[in-house]
Amino acid sequence: MSATEERTAYVGSPVKRREDEHLLTGRGTFVDNMAPVGTVHMIVVRSPYAHARVTSVDVAAAREAEGVVAVLSAADLAEDWKAAMPCAWPVTEDMRNPPHYPLTDVARYQGDGVAVVLAESRALAKDAAELVEVEYESLDAVVDLATALEDGEPLAHPDLGTNECYVWRLDTDATGEAIDDAEVVVTRRYHQPRLIPNAIEPRAVLAVPGAAGDVTLYAATQIPHILRLLAAATLGMSETKVRVVAPDVGGGFGSKLDVYAEDLLAIALARRLGRPVKWTEERSENYLATIHGRDFVTEYTLAARKDGTITHCRARVHAAMGAYLQLVTPGIPLLGAWIYAGPYAIPNYSVEFTGVFTNTTPTDAYRGAGRPEATYVIERTMDALADELGIDRLDLRRKNFHKEFPATMGSGLTIDSGDYVASLDLLLEHLDHDALLAEQARRRDSGAVKQLGIGFSTYNEMCGLAPSRILGAIRYAAGGWEQATIRYLPTGSVQVVTGTSPHGQGHETAWAQIVADQLGCELDAVEVLHGDTSVSHAGLDTYGSRSLPVGGVALCYAAEKVIDKARQIVAHQLEVSGDDLEYANGTFAVKGSPDKEMTVAAAAWAAFAAHDLPDGMEPGLEATATYDPPNFSWPGGAHAAVVEVDTETGDARLVRYIAIDDVGKVVNPLIVDGQVHGGITQGISTALYEEGSYDEEGNLQTANLVTYLVPSAAELPSFELDRTESPSPTNPLGVKGVGETGTIAAAPAVINAVLDAVSHLGVKDIQMPATPERVWRAIQEAKA
Amino acid sequence: MRHVALTVNGVGHELELEPRELLVYVLRDRLRLTGTNVGCDTSSCGACTVLVDGESVKSCTMLGVQADGTEITTIEGLATDGELHPVQQAFHDHHALQCGYCTPGMVMAAVSLIDHGQATSEAAIREGLEGNLCRCTGYHNIVVAVQAAASAS
Repeated sequence: MSATEERTAYVGSPVKRREDEHLLTGRGTFVDNMAPVGTVHMIVVRSPYAHARVTSVDVAAAREAEGVVAVLSAADLAEDWKAAMPCAWPVTEDMRNPPHYPLTDVARYQGDGVAVVLAESRALAKDAAELVEVEYESLDAVVDLATALEDGEPLAHPDLGTNECYVWRLDTDATGEAIDDAEVVVTRRYHQPRLIPNAIEPRAVLAVPGAAGDVTLYAATQIPHILRLLAAATLGMSETKVRVVAPDVGGGFGSKLDVYAEDLLAIALARRLGRPVKWTEERSENYLATIHGRDFVTEYTLAARKDGTITHCRARVHAAMGAYLQLVTPGIPLLGAWIYAGPYAIPNYSVEFTGVFTNTTPTDAYRGAGRPEATYVIERTMDALADELGIDRLDLRRKNFHKEFPATMGSGLTIDSGDYVASLDLLLEHLDHDALLAEQARRRDSGAVKQLGIGFSTYNEMCGLAPSRILGAIRYAAGGWEQATIRYLPTGSVQVVTGTSPHGQGHETAWAQIVADQLGCELDAVEVLHGDTSVSHAGLDTYGSRSLPVGGVALCYAAEKVIDKARQIVAHQLEVSGDDLEYANGTFAVKGSPDKEMTVAAAAWAAFAAHDLPDGMEPGLEATATYDPPNFSWPGGAHAAVVEVDTETGDARLVRYIAIDDVGKVVNPLIVDGQVHGGITQGISTALYEEGSYDEEGNLQTANLVTYLVPSAAELPSFELDRTESPSPTNPLGVKGVGETGTIAAAPAVINAVLDAVSHLGVKDIQMPATPERVWRAIQEAKA
Repeated sequence: MRHVALTVNGVGHELELEPRELLVYVLRDRLRLTGTNVGCDTSSCGACTVLVDGESVKSCTMLGVQADGTEITTIEGLATDGELHPVQQAFHDHHALQCGYCTPGMVMAAVSLIDHGQATSEAAIREGLEGNLCRCTGYHNIVVAVQAAASAS
C-alpha cells in the first residue's frame, strides 16, 4: 500500500479473535492436557482442621501402596526452601508477616498442606493419599473478621500475640473542618462477602526437569515472569534455571496471580525425582487451596452541607488477610485507597485499613481488588445521604461529580480524563427512567407481590498497574512497567513479543491490531508471542487491568523505534535525508516525489541482508521498548440495575442491566464488550448470589460448586451496553483498562435496586449477597 | 478390568477399563481426547459435556463401563472437513468465548439444545444451558451465538 492511499484502521474494529479456533475445536493447550512420558502425579494431603498442630505423619502404608513413587511430609522437604513463601507488598514497615512454607506442621486454615504423595497415576496417588495417617492436635481457631481483634479471641499466630497484621492510613485533611461538625453526617457499616474466584480451569502445574539442573514449569498462571523470579528465589535457584510457561490458561480473575505451594512443590520434587511432576487441582480443593477475595468490614461516612455539597469521606476498614500473606494480600485494600471518594470532588479524605489474620484461606486479588470494596460503600452511602438530605440520588451525584479534567482528587492522585456527566446522561437515555418510575409507582400503589427497584452506581476506578515510582512509594516490591519487542523477519512477517500474559483477554488479536496499524501491515502478518519466559524475557504479566494501558502502549513505543530505524535505512537507500521522508501506512515516500518510496518491509529485508546499511548500523530490524506509565488508568461510568423483588419469597431477580463505561479509546469493541459482560456478571453475583462462609470452627461451609452459587445463564438477563469516550491523555493510544470496571460498578447498582424495590416497606439495609432469605427477613423486620 | 467397546467421533475403540474410571477420564487419559475439560468434581460446571448416542451428557457423571456400546461425539468430532460446526462458527462470530475452558462443554450442550429443537427463545436457551457454567462471558454472547446458530439451522 502506498503512503497516500486511505487505509482502514484495525484499531477500533470488531476484529474476530484469532485465539478462538483451537479453543473451539478441542485443541487447547491447558496444563492438564499435557502428559510427558514418565510423569509423576502429585496429590497434596491437606489439614481438615482450621488450626491444628501436626503431631505425627505416618507415611509407611502409603509408601507401600501400588504405584507410589514418594510420600513426603513438611519435615522431609524443609531443606528445599531457601526462603519462606513470598509476599511482595509489605505495606507498612512494621507489618507482621509470619513465615509459611509449602508444607506445614501447624495447619492454620482448612486445606493447609501437610504432606504430598507422588505416584504413577493420579488415581493411584489419590488412593495412597488416603493411607497417609496424620495425627492432629486441634487448636482454637479465629474465624470471624468482625470480632477477630477483640480481647480473648483465639490467635491465628499465637507467637504474634495479636491478629492484627498492620494498620495503614491515608489522611488529607484539606479544609481543617472536623467531620462531626458537618451539617449532615451519614455513617453506614457494610460487609463485603468473602468471594471464591472460581476460574473454570482449576489451577494446574507440570514441572519438567532439564538436563542442566533447570526446570520448566508449565503453569495455569497469570504471572509467568513474577513466578519465575519468586520460584527461583524461594528455591534458591538461579533465575536462568527456571523457565515458566503459561500455555492456554482458563481464566484467572486474580486467583492465578500468585505463587502457590504447589508451584514450588512441583519444581522441588521434579528436581528430586528427575521426572516430570504434575498436579491438577480439583474444584473442591480449589475452594480451600486457592486464594479467596474480599471479606472486608467497612464503616463509611459521608458528610455534607444541606445543599448537598459533600465535604468529607471517611472509611474505616477491617480486611481479612486469611491465615497467611500471599503475594499481594496486604496490598489489596490499598488498590482502592485513593478512590474512597469515587467520582466525586470531596476535599477531606480519610482512610484507615486494618489487616486482620483469621484461620481461613488466604485472601488476595480477586477481580477489582480493593476497588469494588470502595465503590460499594460509596454508592450505597450516596443513596443513604440523598435520602437523609431529601435530594434526588442522581442530583446528588451530579452535583458532586468532578467536572474538570485532569482532576486532582481529595486523596491526592490525579484523574487523567473523564466525563461523568456524559456517562450518566447516556445511561438515562437508555434507561427510560420515567417509565420505570411510573411502573414502580403503579406496583407500589397496587401492593403488587413483585415490586420494582431501580439502582444506580456512578463510579471511577484506578487501574493499569502501574507507575513504578508510585508502587515504590507505597512499598510494593517491584515496578509496574511492561515490555514489548517487535521484530521483522526477513520476509516481512512481524513477530511481537509481549510481557503481558493473557488468559482469555484476547491479547493476540488486540496486540496484532495495534501493531498492524503502527507498521501499516496486514493483520495476518503479525504474530504475537507471550507467556513463556524463554521467549518473553521481561514482563510483569497480566492483572489490574494493566495489559492494554501498559503492555499495549509499550507496543507503540517499540513500533516507533522500528520505524525510526527503518527511516534511516530507507533514507540511506534512496539517498535522501531522513527528514525528507514521509511515513504512512508502512511506506516511506520522498516529499515532493511521491513515486519514490520504500516500504518498512523492504527496509526489513535490507536490514537482514545488511549489504548496504548506513555506516555503523547493526543489521536486523527489531526494537524493544519498556514502558513505565506516568499515571494510573482512570475508567469511569454509570451503571443501572432494574430488579423485581418478590415480597413474599424475598427472591430478587435482575430484569435489566445497563452499563455505560468510559474506557478511553477502544481497540476492539468485541473484546471490550466481552470484558464488561463478564465483569458485571461477577459484580451481580456478588450482590445476589456468592458468599464464602465458615462455621465457628473454621470449616468452609461453601466448599464446592453445589453450596457456593456461581450463576448460570438462567439467573441472568442480557445486558445493555454503551460507551462514552474520554481518551487518556497519558498514552499515544488514548486507552484505559477495562477488565475490572464491570465488577467494580455492578454490585452497588444491584443492591441499591433491591433496596429501592422494598424501601417503601421500610427496609433500610440489606447486606450482600441479597439472598431470598436476607431480603425476606429484612421485609419481615421492617413490618414488625 | 472390564472390556468395553465404544465409538468416539466415528472411531471404534476396544478398552480394558477399571470399573471406577469416569467417562471423562477415559476420553482424556486413555484416548488422549483432551478437548473435553474437567472443571469440577460435583457435576456442576458442565465443562465435560459430550454427546452420548446424541444426548448431552456430563461425562463426569457416567462411568466408562456404562458407555459400552455407545457412540460418543466430543468437541474434537464436531467440525467436519475442516469446516467449523455452525455452533462453533457462531461462537467465533459472536465472541462467545474468552478463556475457552468451558467452551467445549458449552458448545456440545448448545448443539444438543438446537438438535432437540429446544433453542426456541432467549429464555429457553438460558434454561437449556443452566448446567454449564462460564466465568468469563456473563453468558451474554453465548446466548447470542446460540440464538444465531439456532435460527440458521
